[in-house]
Amino acid sequence: MALSATTRPDSTRPAKKRDDTRLALLFIAPALIGFLVFMVWPTLRGIYLSFTKFNLLTPPEFNGLDNYVRMVQDPVFWNSMRVTVYYVFVNIVLQTAIALVIAVMMQRLTRRTWLRGAVLTPYLVSNVVAAMVFLWILDYQLGIGNTVIAALGLDRIPFLSSDAWVIPTIAAINVWRHVGYTALLIFAGLQTIPETMYEAGRMDGASEPRMFRSITVPLLRPVLGLVLIITVVGSFQVFDTVAIATRGGPVDSSRVLQYYIYDVAFGRFQFGYASAMSVALLLVLVIITFVQYRVTRADSSDLN
Amino acid sequence: MAIDTAPPATIVGPTPPARTVDPPEPQRFGIGRAFAWAFMVLVITASLFPFYWMLRTALSSNNALYAGSDSLLPVQPSWGGFERVFGLQSGQEAIDAGGAGQPINFWRYLFNSVVVSTLVTVGQVFFSAMAAYAFARLEWKHREKWFAFFLGGLMIPAIFTLLPNFVLIKQLGLVDTLLGIALPSMLMTPFAVFFLRQFFLGISKEVEEAALIDGASKVRVFFRLILPMSTAPIATLAILTYISVWNEYFWALMVSYTDKSRVLTVALGVFKSQTPQTGPDWAGLMAATLVAALPMLLLFMVFAKRIVNSIGFSGIK
Repeated sequence: MALSATTRPDSTRPAKKRDDTRLALLFIAPALIGFLVFMVWPTLRGIYLSFTKFNLLTPPEFNGLDNYVRMVQDPVFWNSMRVTVYYVFVNIVLQTAIALVIAVMMQRLTRRTWLRGAVLTPYLVSNVVAAMVFLWILDYQLGIGNTVIAALGLDRIPFLSSDAWVIPTIAAINVWRHVGYTALLIFAGLQTIPETMYEAGRMDGASEPRMFRSITVPLLRPVLGLVLIITVVGSFQVFDTVAIATRGGPVDSSRVLQYYIYDVAFGRFQFGYASAMSVALLLVLVIITFVQYRVTRADSSDLN
Repeated sequence: MAIDTAPPATIVGPTPPARTVDPPEPQRFGIGRAFAWAFMVLVITASLFPFYWMLRTALSSNNALYAGSDSLLPVQPSWGGFERVFGLQSGQEAIDAGGAGQPINFWRYLFNSVVVSTLVTVGQVFFSAMAAYAFARLEWKHREKWFAFFLGGLMIPAIFTLLPNFVLIKQLGLVDTLLGIALPSMLMTPFAVFFLRQFFLGISKEVEEAALIDGASKVRVFFRLILPMSTAPIATLAILTYISVWNEYFWALMVSYTDKSRVLTVALGVFKSQTPQTGPDWAGLMAATLVAALPMLLLFMVFAKRIVNSIGFSGIK
């Protein structure tokens, strides 16, 4: 991400100094209000609410660390955490691997727009639509997925109704929707590798797989690092697919953290406890982002 | 004044990397390339098949789906699924056909989705552009510090602000209104400010200086010069914003309780929960799903090239 892009020094101005402070305040006013009221204030308030008992109807009552003590002792919370991490792991491994292969093939086979468009199409529909169509395709009795499996002489698979299959299935549904987008991000990164590198490789008689290992992967590292940060953070926030396809079931086997938080807040009106779990999720995300950034050295490139 | 005819060619900025002429594709044919193409065909099929399957199911008679689950074409073709979605069948007819007997108010939800997505897109892009201009071109104290503060917002995961924002929207009395759904993202996102600022920084200063010497005010320069010169990145940003607002589910689910403010994603969830638990009305459900997916698919058909090329590291959403 170009966050490190520098501001252009304003050197062309002659000695005469201008001051646009009043106009500038006017220009940033709407955005600043939006930023303070709907981002900064909710963040602080979310942290504050996590130390209170709050049912939305009466004012929040400060109750110290009660919510956090309860969280640490809540087996459903830990189960949600475990389910979420498992989901993120399956989702990210599948998605990154497939996206990487797609991106490299788009780069090496053909760069036509229609191909990228076809792969990106699922991204245009909502998670709700994705969940609905796969609920039908993967239906145990009537879905075409299980019809094909049965026709091959195999046992039907209870994709969304068994604890063993439910998380990998939800991960796969979300891979279907997002893999094209991730592939295009990686593809954009591939475009920055100079074609001359591949020409030199070919000249030396290197095969395609060999060039993939020795040129593509090392030079793509910073891009892959950023892609991972974005996809991992996004994937921890999984909610829509679970809410539509399984509602956390069977039992708690797909009760991801965000769904549990929603349930506690809107099902039981325990906004204080829900906020405490949100803070926990926030901390996890901050730590993961930081560690990934360091490990993948996403800020430095080998392409110099 | 010549400001309206400024050549857009002077613009450089965080537009998608220009696609120069592609290097010639290697034409060797080998077993490796054959496998690679086979893989790509598989990927494309997997991406597009579910859309065909929605259509095929939506055009089938629900009661015939049980017997014809292995048919690749619509089973006993019928418009019944769509008729149930649009409420064109009487309650009893719908129940006999396997539906819930309760139509969804599709046009209402479509209207709500359009209103929310338009409000957010127009507001967010316009206000972010104003702020971006102040950060890129106006001279004022602590400009860079404020900008860094804004960028800090990129670090806050959206999910964390949802609960407190809901509490705020409730206090404002905006629960179950379209404005309540739109408001939190209507005024800015740090990303939009950042994206447009990068672009504005790249616009040649000379044109702007010339206009100022001619006596134009900075406000006029912004509206008559900067905005018209930036139609490409603004359009890209607007399309990406529109798509993501349209597809949003979680936040809209929190805020809307009745048909008054239900957007399509939420309505689809409600429609699904109304269908009979044993033997769901799959034809009706897939008709509703397809109808909900259609607007974005049409948008994609129109803007495919722009959308596809906008995804890269300058255009991350």
